[in-house]
Amino acid sequence: MKIIVPMKRVPDPDNVDKVKISSDGKRVSSEGLDWKPNPFDEYAVEAALRLVKDSGTDKTTGEVIVASIGPEEATHQVRWCLAMGADRGILVLGDDHELDASVVARALKKLVEKESPDLVLMGKQAVDGDSNQTAQILAGMLGWPQATFAGRIETPADLSRATVTREVDGGCATVTVKFPAVISVDVRIVTPQAVNNNMIPPDKLNRDGPRYASLTGIMKAKKKPMDRYTLEDLGVDTTQRVKTISFSQPPARSGGVILDTVGELVQRLKEEARVL
Amino acid sequence: MHLEPTMKQAVIRRSVRKFAEKRLAPAAVEMDRTGDFRWDIAEEMARLQYFGLEIPARYGGAGLDSVSAAIVIEEISRANAAVGLCVSVHNSVSAYPVYLFGSEEQRQRFLTPLAQGKKIGTFCLTEPNAGSDVSALETSAIREGEEYILNGNKIFVTNGGISGINLIFAKTKPAEKGKGFSVFIVESEREGLEKGPIEDLMGMRGNPVCPVSLRDCRVPSENLLGVEGDGLKIALSTLCGGRLGIAAQALGIAQASLDASIKYAKERHQFGKAISEFGAIQDFLAEVGTRIEAGRLLIYRACDLKEKGNNYTKESAMAKVYASEVAVDATRAGVQIHGGYGYTKAYPIERFYRDAKVCEIYEGTSEVQRMVIARSLLHG
Repeated sequence: MKIIVPMKRVPDPDNVDKVKISSDGKRVSSEGLDWKPNPFDEYAVEAALRLVKDSGTDKTTGEVIVASIGPEEATHQVRWCLAMGADRGILVLGDDHELDASVVARALKKLVEKESPDLVLMGKQAVDGDSNQTAQILAGMLGWPQATFAGRIETPADLSRATVTREVDGGCATVTVKFPAVISVDVRIVTPQAVNNNMIPPDKLNRDGPRYASLTGIMKAKKKPMDRYTLEDLGVDTTQRVKTISFSQPPARSGGVILDTVGELVQRLKEEARVL
Repeated sequence: MHLEPTMKQAVIRRSVRKFAEKRLAPAAVEMDRTGDFRWDIAEEMARLQYFGLEIPARYGGAGLDSVSAAIVIEEISRANAAVGLCVSVHNSVSAYPVYLFGSEEQRQRFLTPLAQGKKIGTFCLTEPNAGSDVSALETSAIREGEEYILNGNKIFVTNGGISGINLIFAKTKPAEKGKGFSVFIVESEREGLEKGPIEDLMGMRGNPVCPVSLRDCRVPSENLLGVEGDGLKIALSTLCGGRLGIAAQALGIAQASLDASIKYAKERHQFGKAISEFGAIQDFLAEVGTRIEAGRLLIYRACDLKEKGNNYTKESAMAKVYASEVAVDATRAGVQIHGGYGYTKAYPIERFYRDAKVCEIYEGTSEVQRMVIARSLLHG
């Protein structure tokens, strides 16, 4: 089984105070920010590894390819995922402001045509732009079944399809998708029993959260293969479908107030905040 | 000269920091309060290869370069200095000398379980009447056929309460000064080796430090590390690496203190503004920040010398004395910045202060380090 995990580098959410907007309001400046793999994509890497690797024995039943579209520096975040245990990386060079969900989906489609994976497993959205569109557009363009917001994935031992429990408003929806397919994951996919490939004994539980890279994993990551392409190499149509009109900073948070009585608090929650 | 970390070193720092912040920092308060070691955390660290930092992969280690190993120890200590101490001592003065001086058979038997974190290691040199003065050792090892019989008392053994493998320094030729002692690899379960009660320490309380005594402890000759009389050579070589481990640890504590102080200074308001806006507080931060950076460079430079196989006695002593004094000064300033709150257990800064102090004492006191540095300056 071959899985492609698209991974976007995003500014570390701890950097939120450092994000600046250019004076014309057209761009978000990324200068001086720390970067990390988009958390939802990191969950997707973890889910992919749980699908094809047996953590106890290092036995593997497939290949996990981490693909990123971004600047050269995104190599760092790809290596990070390779250190977690992914087998190889692909970097498609492109500057953040040249990309929107449709360009990314078109680029991923080209990679899918090149690699013929059984599954594209990705985060449900990136925590910078929060578009939540790439998986859906990609599935549409490929004509593949899609299951978004996966909180649980189960496959039979022959890995022909996946039963996916989706996190939807008001509960869960369970769907079955035949491979090849596109699945996007939500945060619960990294809970201990969220991924079951019916090969790893049930008593061998995964730990909560994406795995930490072992030092050996980091050492090996350096030697793992990494292909580089440009959007041009892949013949991607780079027309953006989203036009950014302007960016603006959210209003600064104003100070709190201390109230004298609980009655006053209830009244203000009711009348001013309108949350009661 | 390259002063920037490699991509691999940057990934290592990031990865260890992530683990340390999520798993080690939350455990630090409880470990400090109860003194209980967390085996569950040690098992997780073993899987991540934190117990075999510079040991090659064929013995179950991670095969890191010295700078990377220092980064790991620094980041662990930044979150939890007691665990940092465990990892530092285990790696630099227990596993590493077994790798450096052990026979192939000894490496297979003792180094592999150490590097895999299945056994925790110690370095038992200090005695009631010998510490800085190594030649005053009283523990004896008398050869009897294919065995040595060990007798003596070791004190302040870091990792003592949790160790599986111990390096014991003992006199094999009591008459000969300097050349007269040797190192033995002694398993904790061996008859005649006894561990005393855990010390009630000022800081580093999560590390079970205890005395280890030897009463007619019979050790087969194949457990002798190197050859008879190698003790001084092994001690001196090991202590150079050990100094870097402690220096990295001190650096981690200093960094933790600076990070906590910056956070607090921005949050705490007096006279209508954040105290970070006052020159007096800024002076503290600037001074500490500068010295941490200087200490880091001293450590990496000494690591680089070690990595390239050069002598690094002077440089490791400089890094150790400097970084440990930065740690004490940084945490003292940190408590001061925190004011009254800094004197309570509501903030971690008082723990950092207590943890930092011992860095000026163990693995060679600051006074001994200065002696080593001066000797090197005067006599080359």
